[in-house]
This record gives sequence, C-alpha cells and structure tokens, in this order.
Amino acid sequence: MELKSNTPNGPLTEQWDDYRAHLKLVNPANKRKYNVIVVGTGLAGASAAATLAELGYNVSAFTYHDSARRAHSIAAQGGINAAKNYQNDGDSIFRLFYDTIKGGDFRARESNVYRLAQVSTSIIDQCVAQGVPFAREYGGYLSNRSFGGAQVSRTFYARGQTGQQLLIGAYQALMRQVGLGKVKLHNKQEMMDLIVVDGHARGIVSRDMVTGKIESFMADAVVLATGGYGNVFYLSTNAKNCNVTATYRAHKRGALFANPCYTQIHPTCIPQSGDYQSKLTLMSESLRNDGRIWVPLKKGDTRPPDQIPEAERDYYLERKYPSFGNLSPRDIASRAAKEACDDGRGVGPSGLGVYLDFADAISRLGKDVIADRYGNLFEMYERITGEDPYSVPMRIYPAVHYTMGGLWVDYDLMSNVPGLFVLGEANFSDHGANRLGASALMQGLADGYFVIPYTLGGYFAGGKLDSVSSDAPEAKAAVREAEEKVKLMLSINGKRSPTSFHRELGAIMWDKCGMSRNEKGLTEALTRIPELREFWKNVVIPGSGAELNQSLELGLRVADFLEFGELMCYDALHRNESCGGHFREEYQTEDGEAKRNDDEFCYAAAWEYTGVGSKPTLHKEPLEFENVQLATRSYK
Amino acid sequence: MNLRLHIWRQAGPDATGMLKTYDVANVSEHMSFLEMLDVLNEDLIGKGEIPIAFDHDCREGICGTCGMVINGRPHGPVAKTTVCQLHMRTFKDGDEIYIEPWRARAFPVMRDLIVDRGSFDRIMQTGGFISVNTGNAQDGNTLPISKINADHAMDAAACIGCGACVAACPNSSAMLFTAAKVGHLGALPQGQTERSTRAMNMVLQMDVEGFGACTNHLECEAACPKGISVEFIAQMNRDYVASVFGGRD
Ligand SMILES: Cc1cc2nc3c(=O)[nH]c(=O)nc-3n(C[C@H](O)[C@H](O)[C@H](O)COP(=O)(O)OP(=O)(O)OC[C@H]3O[C@@H](n4cnc5c(N)ncnc54)[C@H](O)[C@@H]3O)c2cc1C
Ligand code: SF4
Ligand code: FES
Repeated sequence: MELKSNTPNGPLTEQWDDYRAHLKLVNPANKRKYNVIVVGTGLAGASAAATLAELGYNVSAFTYHDSARRAHSIAAQGGINAAKNYQNDGDSIFRLFYDTIKGGDFRARESNVYRLAQVSTSIIDQCVAQGVPFAREYGGYLSNRSFGGAQVSRTFYARGQTGQQLLIGAYQALMRQVGLGKVKLHNKQEMMDLIVVDGHARGIVSRDMVTGKIESFMADAVVLATGGYGNVFYLSTNAKNCNVTATYRAHKRGALFANPCYTQIHPTCIPQSGDYQSKLTLMSESLRNDGRIWVPLKKGDTRPPDQIPEAERDYYLERKYPSFGNLSPRDIASRAAKEACDDGRGVGPSGLGVYLDFADAISRLGKDVIADRYGNLFEMYERITGEDPYSVPMRIYPAVHYTMGGLWVDYDLMSNVPGLFVLGEANFSDHGANRLGASALMQGLADGYFVIPYTLGGYFAGGKLDSVSSDAPEAKAAVREAEEKVKLMLSINGKRSPTSFHRELGAIMWDKCGMSRNEKGLTEALTRIPELREFWKNVVIPGSGAELNQSLELGLRVADFLEFGELMCYDALHRNESCGGHFREEYQTEDGEAKRNDDEFCYAAAWEYTGVGSKPTLHKEPLEFENVQLATRSYK
Repeated sequence: MNLRLHIWRQAGPDATGMLKTYDVANVSEHMSFLEMLDVLNEDLIGKGEIPIAFDHDCREGICGTCGMVINGRPHGPVAKTTVCQLHMRTFKDGDEIYIEPWRARAFPVMRDLIVDRGSFDRIMQTGGFISVNTGNAQDGNTLPISKINADHAMDAAACIGCGACVAACPNSSAMLFTAAKVGHLGALPQGQTERSTRAMNMVLQMDVEGFGACTNHLECEAACPKGISVEFIAQMNRDYVASVFGGRD
C-alpha cells in the first residue's frame, strides 16, 4: 500500500492558500443533503460539528458523556499556542512551525505542521469572538505566558482552566447548532464499530448506554475526534473514561494506525498513594521554575526529608544537567526520576517518588511570593495528599499524559479509508515523537474549526457517493457482531473484574513500553499481553446488556486495550532508535540522550491490522524535510 | 478506618429505589471518596452483586460529571470541593455516611447515583452562546476588554455544570447555573447584542424543564464547588427585567 500524504505542490508557505483556492466546492443548496457523523465532542469534535453545521451540512454528533461539555479536553490547564506575535518578541508562523517540528524530534510531516501554525492565529480570534475569557493585561489586551520548548511568549490562557474555557466556547457553538436543529446530538452513545461499505466509511455502530440498544447510524462521511489512548497504561492523567475503542475499531476495519508507541510522559504528577489508585493528577510544569528536585543519596533512606542533611541529598538533575538543571525537558526529567527510583532511592510510601522542594525558594523569596505564583497548585496538592507543600517538600513522579500516535491521515486529515476523517489527539498528524506544551489544544481547534470544513467539502465535491441505509449487509453484520460481542462478554461469568485486567495490562505497558523500552522487555510484553486475553474466559460482568451497565462499558473498552497494547509494543520494538517520547535504552548517547537514526527511521510507521494476535503489517510514509535542517536536540 | 455506608440503589428510571447499607473496612485516609467506592464496587463484583453506578470522569474537579449528596450535602462536607476531590481523611473511623443522588424533578435518576442532567444542555441551547459563525471573527486584540471585566466573566465561566446548586436548593432552582452563563457572556462586549434575549430565553427554558423558582435561600452558592457567587443571579434578574420591557426575539 502506498501512503500518499496528498500534500499540495508548491512552496510550504503557499500550500494551504493554494489548496483552498483550487478546492472543489459543494453547492450551498446541496450541503444539507450530506450527512456527516462526528464522534467525539472534545475540542476537535465540538468545533468540527458546530462549524460543519454552520456551513449547512447535516451533522450527527456522538459522545459517551452525558453532555458534550464533559470531554477530556476540559481538563487542560496551561494554555494554547498561537503565532500572534502580540509580544513583538520575534514570533512568526515559521517559528511556531519550526519549534513544533523540532520539539517533535523531526518525526512529523512538514506540510501539516506549517498549516497548523498558519491557522493558529485565527483560533484565538474565533475564541475571543465566542466569549472565551482569556487572561488580559490591564490595558485590556490579551496576555501571554511562556511555555516549554519555545523562546517566545505565545501561549494564551484562561487562568489554570484554558481547556475548560476553550471547550465551553466550542460547546456553546455546538449547543447553538443543536438548538437550531442543524446538529443532532447523541449523548450517552458509545461507538463500537465503523461501517465500511464499498471501501468507504459510511457509518458507525453505537450502543445506547442507558437502554443498551445497539444500532447503526449511516452517513456520507465519518469524522472521528475521539481523543488519545493514554489509558492503555491504566494510570494516566487522562480522564477515567478515555479509551481507544473508536480508533482501534476503525483500525480493525482497515484504517492504518501510525506511530502508536509515541507516548508522552509528564514528569510532575502526584505519585500513586496505594493500589486502589484510580488515576494520576498533573501538577503544572511551571513548578520546576522554583522547586528543586532531589532524592536521598543513600538507598532505602526512610528518614523524613527535613532530617536528611544537605550533604546526603542528590539533586540529580542539577548534577547531571548543570545548565538546564531542574528545567530539563520533560522526557529527560521523567527518565532521571525513574532511574533514581529504580536505584532504590525513591521517596514516599511506595518508593516511587522524588522530592520537589520549595524550601530554598521560600527562604529566598518569602512565602508570599511563592503563594502568589503557585497558591492554587499548592492547595490542590494539599487536598489530594493531605500534606502542606510550604513545609514539607512535594512528592512527584512521572505519569502518562498524552499520545502522539493515532490513526494515519493525509493532508486532508482523511485516513486511508476514504470518507473516514480523524481529528485532534486521535490522529497522528502534527506532533511527531513528542508534543510541545500548549499545542494539543491548538491542534484540536485547528482541525475542527479551520481544516475539516474545507477538506470535507473537497471530498464530497470530488465524487458521487451512492446512498446507503442501515439495511446494507455491512451495517447489519457490524451490528450483529457488536451484539454478539456484548452477549459473549456477559455470558463468561468468570472470576476477574474488567478493572483487574486493565490494571494488569497497565502495569505491563508501564514496565515494558513506558518511559524507557528495550528489546527484551518489549518481547516479553508481546508474550504477556496475549496471555492476558484470558479475559475472554475469565472476566465477570454483572448485570445485563439492556440497561445502564458501567462494568460492561469498561469491559468493552478493556477488551480493545488488550489488543491495542500489543500494537504499541510491535511499533516500539521495530523502531530501533530513540526519538522524543520513544526512548529505547539500546539507542542513547553517552550522556543518556535519545539517539535518533535518521538514515533508517525518518518515516511515520503506519500499521495495518492482520488479525488478533498476529503481527501487523508495516507501511512507511517517508518524511521529507525541505524547509528545516534535521538536527540533534541538545539540552546541555 | 471502618465505615458504614447507606447508599441509594435504584435499578432504573422507573424502578423504586431505597437506601442499602454496606460496611467497608480498612479504608485508607489517602483514598479519594470515589476510590473508596471503587474498592467497594470491586468487592461487590467479586461477590456477584451489581456494583453501585455513579458518574465520574476527570476526577480533577473540572468536568462536572461527578456528583452525589453526602450526608445531606451536595459534593460532601468540604467547601468548594467536588466529590471526586474529596478525600477520606475528612472522615473518621466508625462514621456512618449517607450517599444519595441529586434530587430534582428536572434531574431524573437513571440508576443509583446517576441522574440525567440533559435539562442543563437544553437551557444552553436556547441562548447560552454568542451567535458567531466560524470565520467571522476580527483580530482578537481589536476589542480591548478591561481586566476587571475579563476576570468577572471568568469568575462566572468557571461553572462546571455539575448541578450541585440545583440539588442544594429547596426549590430545585437552576438559577445559579443559568445566571453563571448569563453573567459570563453579559460581562463581555461580544455578548451585549444578545444580552436580554439570552436571559429571557434561558429563564423560560428553566421553567419548561421543571426547575423551581429562586426564593433567595442562597444554598446554591454554599454548595457550589466553584464558588460561583449569587451576585450573578441578581444580575440576571436585571437582564431579565430589561428583556421583558425590551421584548423578545
Ligand atoms: C491533565 C491534562 C492537561 C493538559 N493540558 C494541556 C494544555 O495545557 N495545553 C494543551 O495544548 N494540551 C493539554 N493537554 C492535552 C489536551 O487536553 C488533549 O490532547 C486534547 O484536549 C484532546 O482533545 P480531543 O478533542 O482530541 O479529544 P477529547 O477531548 O479527549 O475528546 C474525545 C471525545 O470523544 C468522545 N469519544 C471517545 N470515544 C468514543 C466512543 N467510542 N464513542 C463515542 N464517543 C467517544 C468522548 O466522549 C469525547 O467527547 C492536557 C491533557 C491532560 C490530560
Ligand atoms: S453553578 Fe456551581 S453548583 Fe451550579 S452547576 Fe455551576 S459549578 Fe455546579
Ligand atoms: S469527575 Fe470531573 S469534576 Fe468530578
């Protein structure tokens, strides 16, 4: 299979303008004849559904939440990037493009990233017009903050709730279209499968989570904006219900899954406190500006931190990376913490934690200054741990945060299955092997507000589609399969809950395919994960399928994770290099930095499904860099 | 610690519900309230019983999905804290805890502690937005907005749509939720064009959905995990009155 990116010809800076100038259009009067299914109402899905409805398409939107406003996007804290250059500090579209490509360790497609940087400025305008209450300066103008991986100040924010405010903006636009009757919203509906007719994506199978009814919904195109798969690790900063089912089922129906092994681990999260732990909470990276990270020098030192004298502490980031110190990049800081803990020097009850100590900063700047900078974060920390970080150092540990991999898409954000478009965290398109802070929100809204409205029209105008209905044999078969799956799962009546399988899978993934990977561990994971599919003999799901049944919902999601985890390991095993969030221990420089292999691995790895437990087939999209020079990231 | 829980069990929207008692042992003070229920649920599954259905997602106090009444208080005893952020160190060994769903006509129980809050979305659909299509916007900085107004808008926009205000109100009024949205958009210049029709339409929909009237008990503000101020209700009343005199679209 040849992977065509469909990047327009011509210079990078003119591709998107040129593309739009020559795009075939759908006659306005005809738009209402096109039915579009949008799955997901996060930033990507809500913005897409609202905008497509504004254009006149007939939109059906699906979410498993009870309201579109609850998507995981709501939890984003820090901010959203845009190349506005309001600060006059040298920002430009090219610079945002370059930072994103470099931050992604040169594993993303130039054309998509450049377009992202181009439309970033319109996103801010659109959000302001919707009433998003961005932070302002006293003069009334928009305020910016700095974020990692950039030397300019281009991040827009709304207190610590940027994701919430952007999502509410998109949700309000969506509610307006629902009120106008242009979007039919299906809350509490979980997509279970993709329906492909004559090689085209023509519908979905969905389960009503209240009544249990499984049915098909047909359309002329399907847009997936279903978020990331970080919860394959069980513990992550993602919301509890995030899962891979929508994209993985599309993968099983023929869509290629690209770079599944690229995961981002965030260094500053609150550590696990016990085996009942259900999720992990992110503490903003900004804390590392004033906090010093350390562990005891001695292994197994259980003294309280204030009784460990200065000379018996190891400020390992300052020691190993003297120039970046506590502000070393995310992946470096995360791995160093893991190393210290693996060495038996971790702190806290589980031994999986390192100190983030503000004592020096407090004595230097005073408690008030620290409270002013981080007050709400300190409160949140205290609420969760019961410890006062003004007097006891915080304990932190890295956690899974974001997944760069996703369904493979071309320049139009269309997968290799015609008519199946993929937006937001669910696709693989813009962040390469590592995402910069404040760029996921930008990408979700770029895809939904400013890309799909054009490219979807181009798809419709480009060829005629036959009409299909739920009576199509493909639709009926897919519904039957879903029903049988539910029935089978309910009938097993084994001994273990879905959660216990999920936890075990998560532990394997974290150990073997987490912050650092090696051939031996990945090979081991590839035997252990299939064994875990004893799920299909030993799971127990109480209750029936014809009611609100949260165990069943979970069971269905875990079943897909149990196949998907294997795909991640295959990808991680095949990529014999380290890049961004993918760190293979065998491939590192002497100082422990990621060692890329551009000669052999400068491509996106897009995997084709070949059956449960069978090795997927690799397809490569070579990445060509014409506008940037491939360079080694250096933090020393 | 060991606790005795009395939890509302209701198999479906039309089933009769009742409180059932569960003893839970060895609860760690570091657990969140929802993790305590997770452990109980794993136990119930192990015994072949149906686990307790409760809604949750982010577990960070921002998505607004979680919500239950704990000992008579929506989201439990700690001020400005959603139940997902409530931790067991608030309780002590031997405590008896009553756990019930939001109770309001406009929030029908779907199962156990899960209610249907679709009525909130329908209120939003009648006016909780600024009518601007994608692509119509001018440059974000052409419209300076004073920091005071922007902060005021943000104070209101912090609402997470959880419904605790309704659950706390003796009349099951949705005034605080609705006023938060009216207040958010009304504090901004972009929101002025539709200001009075917005208040009018949203208040009317509140009635249609079966929420009660506001008689100034102020329980909503006390229960609100985001500290939304009742001052927004006074503001909405003024907008509403203005719309009555100004006529409705
Ligand atoms: C704690 C945290 C903080 C973050 N902070 C930032 C930040 O400061 N800046 C930044 O840029 N990024 C940040 N991110 C990343 C960013 O929030 C996400 O990548 C982004 O919001 C994803 O948006 P999305 O629209 O692609 O998906 P989501 O918001 O995850 O939405 C997915 C949607 O799909 C639906 N869905 C999924 N599967 C199905 C199915 N099978 N059936 C029906 N519906 C389905 C869900 O209901 C939901 O509506 C943060 C992430 C986390 C975890
Ligand atoms: S006003 Fe407060 S209590 Fe009411 S829905 Fe909003 S956040 Fe919840
Ligand atoms: S689960 Fe999201 S606010 Fe409680």
